[in-house]
Amino acid sequence: MSTTNWNLEPSLESTAVVQLKDQYELFINGKWLAPQAKKYFATINPSDESHLSNIAWATVADVDLAVKAARNAYENVWSKLSGAERGKYLFRIARLMQEKARELAVLETLDGGKPIKESRDIDIPLACNHFFYYAGWADKLQEAFAGQPITSLGVAGQITPWNFPLLMLAWKIAPALACGNTVVLKPAETTSLTALKFAEICQEAGLPAGVVNIITGYGDTGAALVVHPDVNKIAFTGSTAVGKQIQKACIGTDKKLTLELGGKSANIILEDAPIDQAVEGVINAIFYNQGHVCCAGSRLYVQESIATQVIEKLKFRLQSIYVGNPLDKNTDIGAINSKKQLETIEKYISIGREEGAEIYQPTCQLPSKGYYCLPTLFTDVAQSARIAQEEIFGPVLAIQTFRSIDEVLQKANNSPYGLAAGVWTDKGARIFGLSSQLQAGVVWANTYNKFDPASPFGGYKESGFGREGGMHGLSAYLKITN
Amino acid sequence: MQPKYTPPELLVRLKSVPPIDQIGTHERILKIQSRSLKGPAKLHGLRLALSMIDLTTLEGKDTPSKVRQLCYKAQHLHGLSPELPTVAAVCVYPTMVGVAKKALANSSIKVAAVSTAFPSGQAPFEVKKLDTLYALEHGADEIDMVISRGHFLAGEYNYVFDEIAAIKALCGSARLKVIFETGELDSLDQVRRISDLAIAAGADFIKTSTGKIQPAATFPVVLTMLGAIKDHFDKTGQMIGMKPAGGISSAKIALQHLLLVKEVLGEAWLTNEWYRFGASSLANDLLMQYQKQLTGKYQSTAYFSID
Repeated sequence: MSTTNWNLEPSLESTAVVQLKDQYELFINGKWLAPQAKKYFATINPSDESHLSNIAWATVADVDLAVKAARNAYENVWSKLSGAERGKYLFRIARLMQEKARELAVLETLDGGKPIKESRDIDIPLACNHFFYYAGWADKLQEAFAGQPITSLGVAGQITPWNFPLLMLAWKIAPALACGNTVVLKPAETTSLTALKFAEICQEAGLPAGVVNIITGYGDTGAALVVHPDVNKIAFTGSTAVGKQIQKACIGTDKKLTLELGGKSANIILEDAPIDQAVEGVINAIFYNQGHVCCAGSRLYVQESIATQVIEKLKFRLQSIYVGNPLDKNTDIGAINSKKQLETIEKYISIGREEGAEIYQPTCQLPSKGYYCLPTLFTDVAQSARIAQEEIFGPVLAIQTFRSIDEVLQKANNSPYGLAAGVWTDKGARIFGLSSQLQAGVVWANTYNKFDPASPFGGYKESGFGREGGMHGLSAYLKITN
Repeated sequence: MQPKYTPPELLVRLKSVPPIDQIGTHERILKIQSRSLKGPAKLHGLRLALSMIDLTTLEGKDTPSKVRQLCYKAQHLHGLSPELPTVAAVCVYPTMVGVAKKALANSSIKVAAVSTAFPSGQAPFEVKKLDTLYALEHGADEIDMVISRGHFLAGEYNYVFDEIAAIKALCGSARLKVIFETGELDSLDQVRRISDLAIAAGADFIKTSTGKIQPAATFPVVLTMLGAIKDHFDKTGQMIGMKPAGGISSAKIALQHLLLVKEVLGEAWLTNEWYRFGASSLANDLLMQYQKQLTGKYQSTAYFSID
């Protein structure tokens, strides 16, 4: 029986669960308020460039209103509640998010371009789990810091990125509220919709007005939040360049700051590694979420004796990766989040070619509209090449080989970043040896891109400071007196 | 048995086969299982799976008439769907090979015989040899032999290698499938080791299980064996066939196995020349799902004949 080309048919997730509004306002003090400057911006679907909705653009006056609402809620309501009461609200929010999981997943995929199977199986369940996890801490904070007096900080200003919109919101809002703070959050301009849906969930949960405020807008909105004098804490996830500006703006203030910034993480395969699983791990490390992952394993170091085999296996594996409509349940790599980001990635791909690295991309038909990028491997990359040094934030992997463990350790640490690393080996001793010397906030052994609410996450060097997740994540939202 | 002995370089290699990480293996499988098969692609997959079945009866109470019934079904899977392919082979004990051969005389369906003291393999080599020769003399097109698990687990790779190589030498043009009984092999590393050994000793197909022991053809075991086949192909250009057997009783699981083959080995393996399902009850579920795809309705199991 002839069997050529057994192609999977498109299997599209229904968008019927999502009711988009024509226009979204700002969520301040439990109400939907029009922006005072009456300005709105469009949000589009990156998978086909279609217009989704118009979003309010908050200016300084709106930010001020939101901070005042948060201050008022902090002074008069939230800081007076017991931990157990705060926990009740958080549990309620977590359950409501679970109930609306399908709607949130479709919304995330429509607005951001990530494959539905990732928003459905990873982003949304993890975001719910973060709320459940921190809900549990709300009445046990003193146990976490035994013998040390703790107090909440006040108003937290939070700025989230576009790669994991709802998940990063959860990473920030859940611990902030559990610790007794109130929040003003600004989502990234290309992906505001799930944050706005989250505001509706807060209303439905009966969360007191002003405890969570969502202000949408561009960088100027975020900047107004950062410099606002009545904000006690800034938490930012995004690029290192913007992180540096924020840090400068906070100098001389008593604002507490945590930054989770860029990365150029090294993924290291030793010759005794489980090779097929390591290859799969490399795929997961760099192509997960189109490579829009701050801790993406974007530098691959393979030990010389197995390099040819690993690279051949990677090339073969790329042939069975489906790139296309993110709403298709079979899609592995969806749409690049924005035109601007696609241009950045394409710029780096041409830089890689100019630098003399050898490029490999699978043959695959991309949709005619929308922002798409083929998964890309670069081999023969120099350590000094820009594609090995700079964060690309896309599905582009720079591959180098190495001979000795000392050599790979030096090369892996030879980066201004230090967010994550991966080590693939069958030997436990090598895992411990390398992970204790790699300058990275997270080192994964024989796996990659694993997240759990109980596990702290954060960077070294220019990848930022402060930890999110786990018990460590609490200290970012508390004043701890020794 | 003529001592032939494992080539020394293979012995060295078997001591350190590529390690298999169980967690990573499971994750790869979950990715395959989350694939969505719809419409014509599903129909194609169902037809493909039917064409890959080794329709099997391996019971002490098998009778010539049961084998003849099975052979009829092998040729006419479902009266209402004459467009369906036939299965690939009928798999029986050596004593039934003659019956099956005669019943399938006018078809291209192969007759496979389990051999070498199936299912335990607990017999002297001379007995295994006679067992195999008997099946071949009665016309078996394919021999499904079992390995000596005891010798393998004891690390006596020479013995296992020689046994496979000696049976292969008897087979002539008949294709040799080597059954590992992975449910007795303890770890995925061992599964990888026996896969490399059997392929080096001349197996045309590698096969998971006898169907008599659980667990049988689990996804991690199958993925590990596919990995060995892929590495052998990358190194030598020679294709080796794969036959999961035991425990694959639903269309859904069978289709997931085919997707695994498609992604791990490539479409060249998606024919019954290189891929088989050893199964007795799978065919009816495939037929039921096939009718469901065509008509939109599930039919009663009463509409599908059991033998």
